[in-house]
Amino acid sequence: MSAFARRRRTDLLGRSFTSMCGGALAFNLLLALGLLILIAVNGLSFFWQRKVVLLMLKDGTAVLGEVVEREEIPPTSERPTPGHRIRIKVGNRDLYGLDFRWVDESDIASRSEPGDVTMLERFEWGNFYGRMAELRRGDEVLASGEAAVWSAFGPLHEAKLDEHAAIEALEKGPIGDVNVDLEQLRLAERRLALEAPPEAERARRQAEIDSRHAALNAQYEQLSEQLAGMRERLRAESLVMESADGTRKVIAVGDIVAAIQPNRMGTLATARLYLQRLWLFVSDNPRESNTEGGIFPAIFGTVMMVFLMSFAVAPFGVLAALYLREYAREGVVVRTVRIAVNNLAGVPSIVFGVFGLGFFVYLIGGSIDRLFFPESLPTPTFGTGGILWASLTLALLTVPVVIVATEEGLAAVPRVVREGSLALGATKFETTWRVVIPAAAPGILTGMILAMARAAGEVAPLMIVGMVKLAPALPMDHRFPFVHLERKFMHLGFHIYDVGFQSPNVEATQPLVFATALLLVLVVMVMNLVAIVVRNRLRTRYAGSAV
Amino acid sequence: MEAMNVVPPLLRAGAPLAEGEPTVAERPADAAATAPRTVFEVDALSLWYGGTRALNHVSLTIPEKRVTAFIGPSGCGKSTLLRCFNRLNDLVDNVRVEGDLRFEGASIYDPALDVNLLRRRVGMVFQKSNPFPKSIFENVAYGCRIHGINRKDELEAIVERSLRGAALWGEVKDRLRDSALGMSGGQQQRLCIARAIAVEPEVLLLDEPCSALDPVATAKVEDLIHELKSRYTTVIVTHNMQQAARVSDYTAFMYLGELIEAGATDQIFTAPAKRETEDYITGRFG
Repeated sequence: MSAFARRRRTDLLGRSFTSMCGGALAFNLLLALGLLILIAVNGLSFFWQRKVVLLMLKDGTAVLGEVVEREEIPPTSERPTPGHRIRIKVGNRDLYGLDFRWVDESDIASRSEPGDVTMLERFEWGNFYGRMAELRRGDEVLASGEAAVWSAFGPLHEAKLDEHAAIEALEKGPIGDVNVDLEQLRLAERRLALEAPPEAERARRQAEIDSRHAALNAQYEQLSEQLAGMRERLRAESLVMESADGTRKVIAVGDIVAAIQPNRMGTLATARLYLQRLWLFVSDNPRESNTEGGIFPAIFGTVMMVFLMSFAVAPFGVLAALYLREYAREGVVVRTVRIAVNNLAGVPSIVFGVFGLGFFVYLIGGSIDRLFFPESLPTPTFGTGGILWASLTLALLTVPVVIVATEEGLAAVPRVVREGSLALGATKFETTWRVVIPAAAPGILTGMILAMARAAGEVAPLMIVGMVKLAPALPMDHRFPFVHLERKFMHLGFHIYDVGFQSPNVEATQPLVFATALLLVLVVMVMNLVAIVVRNRLRTRYAGSAV
Repeated sequence: MEAMNVVPPLLRAGAPLAEGEPTVAERPADAAATAPRTVFEVDALSLWYGGTRALNHVSLTIPEKRVTAFIGPSGCGKSTLLRCFNRLNDLVDNVRVEGDLRFEGASIYDPALDVNLLRRRVGMVFQKSNPFPKSIFENVAYGCRIHGINRKDELEAIVERSLRGAALWGEVKDRLRDSALGMSGGQQQRLCIARAIAVEPEVLLLDEPCSALDPVATAKVEDLIHELKSRYTTVIVTHNMQQAARVSDYTAFMYLGELIEAGATDQIFTAPAKRETEDYITGRFG
């Protein structure tokens, strides 16, 4: 009987291995999906307006606010029976000193959702929960009683919002321009002092400066007056609100961002409010030390910085990879360079930040300041962190990724294709430029995608070279040269850290952390999708690339 | 037919060209009037890849407007020799050359020679078709753009002429903007031929052009070679002896880097002078 006859082989090991691989993949996918869902649910639920409850406690006090959390109280020696407590966002920080408070459920005598409760979103001091009592202009009472006040409030508030917009337009437009001109004038005067021309010319230029100064000052005076008048008008009307315990608070209508009555809103109205809030979140500027308002400047700063970084890293990375693969002769030097490049990818990102500070900011930026902006000194122009230096630092950080991916793309171009071009009489440069690089374009784009994803998420190096908590202006605006590379900028990654852990009101802003994180993930995903679509179009056009 | 029996005295193995030896053009008038002019002269060419010798004192001539075939077993150096004609071996590291190779009388290893110009005049089609990852039009127009022809009307005329010359126009005239990589293997190879002839070369080097093609496509390419013969000097490297017999006017048999025998195809295949040639042709080895 053959030794092989009775052997029976089962592929148990093989089948288990397949299951293990599938299981590992499923686990990874679940983790990634779970992360996204966690962020999404926590972030998106932040904007859904809850009902406002009125709790009458057993000791007679009243608590008015939104229920945000419910916790189990484990039994202790003083309280053998377990219970629950709820956390209420009571707002009214100017009255109570804090936004949240815990209430033991056993202390609650009654609970209701009164329809006439109004929630005010304010520019300062956070939310206010109470009832509308009166609407006033100075001493004149415009409306009294909740229903009357509510109906009169609507159109009045609309008008106030328009006035807000007008004030902002005035500040950012004409007043901003006058300020910039005044600053330029000051710099011109300093330049004059530094250059020290002959007396006749100096006097002439000084006279010019003085007359221009006078004109600008006059303009500024006039605009200031206009602004002051508008600000006064803004505060003309005020709303008298009554809080849960009967305290009255006078709030200027111009200080109110929005007023809603959550308990009277149906699901449709709440959904509409939700979408409005989502839109405001991505389009508005932040308020109250980044704990309220929108995050538009952070989105703008992140996207602009990633684009600048891409423009910087593409030529550096691609040209370096081209040299390594096409022009350098294989040998010790090339191998060493490759090892060095790969190791560069492992350097901690904060080290890049320090390098960027020393090299870009102090050395190059300082030199630029001395050469081109001496009149501004000692205030640095380019000699301090800014979006340009931040982008270049991140470009350095991601250059190894681009080099490696580009080399892969170049290696994937078959040798016979290069030979075919050379055999037609093309020079090596023409072959590289006209045939090899277009064929390697999908690989290059892969490298760019990886680089952009990495850069969008880096926070540590940026903190040192130009990212700030709150930037006074965007790096792009309507004033020449329109793109201001020396300005500091805001960034979503840093915003998450700042809002979640550095803000004065951590409890209130924790959901904001999730919302911002979700937005960061979405921004990166959108940028990647755009690049992937472009790459796929290139692939079908140049069908044949393996990378 | 008389020309076929005349073996031009320079198609001779082993011996270097001696001074004073009459060239084909200088032969006395009683030689066949149709004896072709020499385009390439290989003069005791030896080539090393690093330490390995690939060509050993090869001397032969390539006649104008005829098809010359290089045959021999794998590794005999025929592709290496072919790639010397347009100096494509320059691309390989550690290549060393001794001897000379003359194109139209001038040495191609002269440092003053413009290699790119040489490569325009001596075109090449490779074993595996290698169209660029571009459109069909751009593939054919590539050579023209390189050499400075960029006007749309000129390019269109040249592309049409080249595609017609490669017997491909009818099949692709409606899809010139499509990717060249979407064509079949035979079409791609004819595209490469069209691309090569678009720059108006004088010589066409074909390195086993049909080895990756099916018999139908092979037949088409062979017909094409026959048509192109009247316009271009053709040198073809082939594994396929029947193809060499069908297509070529002159044949050179190489073995282990040496030129064993060269002569008119008829003569090589019916009455070879050397034993090795006869053994190879009758299939005893290789």
